[in-house]
Amino acid sequence: MRSPQSWGRFPRVAQETRALTWRSDALPSAPGTLLPHGLGRSYGDSCLNADGTLLLTSALDRLIDFDPATGVLRCESGVTLDTVLRLVAPRGWFLPVTPGTKYVTVGGAIANDVHGKNHHRGGTFGRYVRRFELLRSDGTRRVCAPDENPDWYGATIGGLGLTGLITWAEVQLVPIRNPYILQETVPCENLDAFLDVARASEADYEFTMAWVDCLARGRKLGRGLLFRGNFAPPQFDGLPLAKSHLSHGSGLAVPVDMPAFCLNRLSVSAFNWLYYHRQRGRPRQRLTHYDPFFYPLDAIYGWNRIYGARGFLQFQCVVPYSTARDALREILERSSRGGVPSFLSVLKTFGDIPSPGWLSFPRQGVTLAMDFANRGEKTWRLVEDLDRLTREAGGAVYPAKDARMSPESFAAYFPRREQFLPYLDPAFSSSFWRRVNPATPSLPALEGSADGATPPVSLLAIR
Amino acid sequence: MKKVLILGATSAIAQATVRLLAARGASLYLVGRNAQNLEAVAKDAATRGAAKVESRAMDLDDCGAHEALVEQAAQALGGLDGAVIAHGVLGDQDASQRAWATAEAVMRTNFLSAASLLTSLANRFEAQKTGTLVVISSVAGDRGRQSNYVYGASKGALTVFLQGLRNRLAKSNVAVVTVKPGFVDTPMTAHVPKNKLFASPEQVARGLLRAADGRKNEVYVPGFWALIMLIIRSIPEPIFKRLKL
Ligand SMILES: Cc1cc2nc3c(=O)[nH]c(=O)nc-3n(C[C@H](O)[C@H](O)[C@H](O)COP(=O)(O)OP(=O)(O)OC[C@H]3O[C@@H](n4cnc5c(N)ncnc54)[C@H](O)[C@@H]3O)c2cc1C
Ligand SMILES: NC(=O)c1ccc[n+]([C@@H]2O[C@H](COP(=O)([O-])OP(=O)(O)OC[C@H]3O[C@@H](n4cnc5c(N)ncnc54)[C@H](OP(=O)(O)O)[C@@H]3O)[C@@H](O)[C@H]2O)c1
Repeated sequence: MRSPQSWGRFPRVAQETRALTWRSDALPSAPGTLLPHGLGRSYGDSCLNADGTLLLTSALDRLIDFDPATGVLRCESGVTLDTVLRLVAPRGWFLPVTPGTKYVTVGGAIANDVHGKNHHRGGTFGRYVRRFELLRSDGTRRVCAPDENPDWYGATIGGLGLTGLITWAEVQLVPIRNPYILQETVPCENLDAFLDVARASEADYEFTMAWVDCLARGRKLGRGLLFRGNFAPPQFDGLPLAKSHLSHGSGLAVPVDMPAFCLNRLSVSAFNWLYYHRQRGRPRQRLTHYDPFFYPLDAIYGWNRIYGARGFLQFQCVVPYSTARDALREILERSSRGGVPSFLSVLKTFGDIPSPGWLSFPRQGVTLAMDFANRGEKTWRLVEDLDRLTREAGGAVYPAKDARMSPESFAAYFPRREQFLPYLDPAFSSSFWRRVNPATPSLPALEGSADGATPPVSLLAIR
Repeated sequence: MKKVLILGATSAIAQATVRLLAARGASLYLVGRNAQNLEAVAKDAATRGAAKVESRAMDLDDCGAHEALVEQAAQALGGLDGAVIAHGVLGDQDASQRAWATAEAVMRTNFLSAASLLTSLANRFEAQKTGTLVVISSVAGDRGRQSNYVYGASKGALTVFLQGLRNRLAKSNVAVVTVKPGFVDTPMTAHVPKNKLFASPEQVARGLLRAADGRKNEVYVPGFWALIMLIIRSIPEPIFKRLKL
């Protein structure tokens, strides 16, 4: 079997795999360190473990209990959000928080403490995890909840799979009346317009996010479309599902790696232009099924292959409101000049609802996510720059989407790192973790090489 | 199949089948030998919509208990109209060559225990003049090969037993469905490097139920194994015996 990859298809590493079968089984003995691996929808290397072993959770996919009266679901950690929705949506329940793809596991959603379009209202996924079982390499099992082993609970939510294996979890769902979203599209002329509309939408809209045309410059910098919506009111209950509710991009697939020339500056700009204008010609308000609203990319199976065999880098940062305007302007400007266009860029505001997870990424401010085809050095320098701008702005970068942040950045972004360290499972590790916590802080032989400047450790890691 | 007895319910293929049946709202009686794992399968089935789920942990090698087991299942579900026999072991060919006891254990689980269960089930279904018996055999039973002829013989014997049973029960409106999977990615083959010929347990479960619904006789899943096995079966023995298979 081919070694699993992350969603960005970079880096590629050699590692062993062990398929887990039963939640009551002991952890397998395997070469090197262990790391749970869900559906590999993390982009960088946080779901990879070079020279170690991945514990594949895909067969830990059993449901344990669902109470349609209270909306409490208990299931094994390899159950996908897709499975959850198929089970609960017809019975009037929905995920309290969902990322932009339903092909992630419950374990992965906890370990990255994922966020969705409702962060300003609902916070992160971890807030809805009532309890879970944590299996450690010493064979101990702990049920973790806000009032039971609360430290293990806090360390494991957003804990990047490093505190042990989550075998099962219990999640509180939220009630819905129907599966429809009343969605509005608001064109935003530039970044300032986005920030104004986004903040103004928070009070009345449960879900908000904006797609940004990363190639627009000057006065149009940050131009984009803001999508906002709510579950449809009662008059839409019982409405039969029409094809138009699902029309968004269905049935497309990217079966093979696209050659790199498919994704040059021109094609991205054409795509962005088309998208912007297509949306503009449409009614501002429309009714849609939740699926295309939350998961537009899931309709294009294997879309990550569009970037070709060299994969791509994601960059997602959050910056506080106090610095957001300037920092985002600089970040957008820098990336539109970078010569490596971002195919998909998403802006969204995060609210101030705290997460129980110590290493949770979301915090109040504005978050921006971008994809960059991996064109080697050029791309790395660009993303490195964006990281620096984020740091200077007092923000943070999302580990689930990272393949390159430096140990210094990680320490700056996650101030509770020290508190977390004692909870690491000694037998668990990941490529990401070793990268941001190198055993030897710097490599003396390489210091002062090249043009006199110390190369960042994260850059070294790719060579 | 609305009231179904599943034997070897903790098998990966059986679990996938159980899910499909649960989603149809069937009532299920699950049997496996590991109580804890069986409970996990039962809870999964109940949560996915099975009308009723009962389970019992037992070692199916205990043929003396089969008659009572079938009776108990029928009691619990208020009758039976289907059964799926999925338990089995791959065994270790080398060990089986060295010690008969090892080979005998494979024969007992894969053939004797299945044949014993089928005897109880067939008599009940024949009397009620309805029902579907679905049994997982294997492509390995189509021809003996040096690499796994003990397993192959146990499955081959099972296939022949089922042919006779089908012949006997045809007039009683009882379907006897032999399912022959090729390579399936399950714990049974965890040690085998995977290639393109491997199917998922879900794929096999879908094929299995399609065959059961259509009251088929013998099916290969996935279907392309019919062609592969046709070729394997048609190689003349003087040549076949010299091959490294
Ligand atoms: C199209 C797309 C859109 C996305 N949108 C969003 C978004 O809007 N918001 C957001 O927050 N994220 C988003 N993501 C990222 C994705 O939600 C996260 O990376 C998620 O954690 C992936 O889950 P997974 O099951 O694939 O886990 P993997 O990527 O396989 O693993 C993720 C982490 O979870 C750990 N883990 C997995 N299972 C367990 C377990 N049983 N026990 C302990 N640790 C475990 C792993 O060790 C690893 O550290 C998106 C990804 C894609 C591809
Ligand atoms: N996987 C393949 O490539 C393949 C190919 C062709 C045919 N098959 C057949 O498909 C069927 C299902 O196998 P699988 O692939 O799903 O493998 P599996 O997951 O390993 O299932 C085998 C199951 O049989 C159970 N079992 C074995 N002996 C038993 C006994 N004495 N009493 C009760 N239960 C017993 C095992 O229980 P425990 O978990 O408690 O051990 C296990 O749950 C088997 O008949 C197998 O021969 C498999």
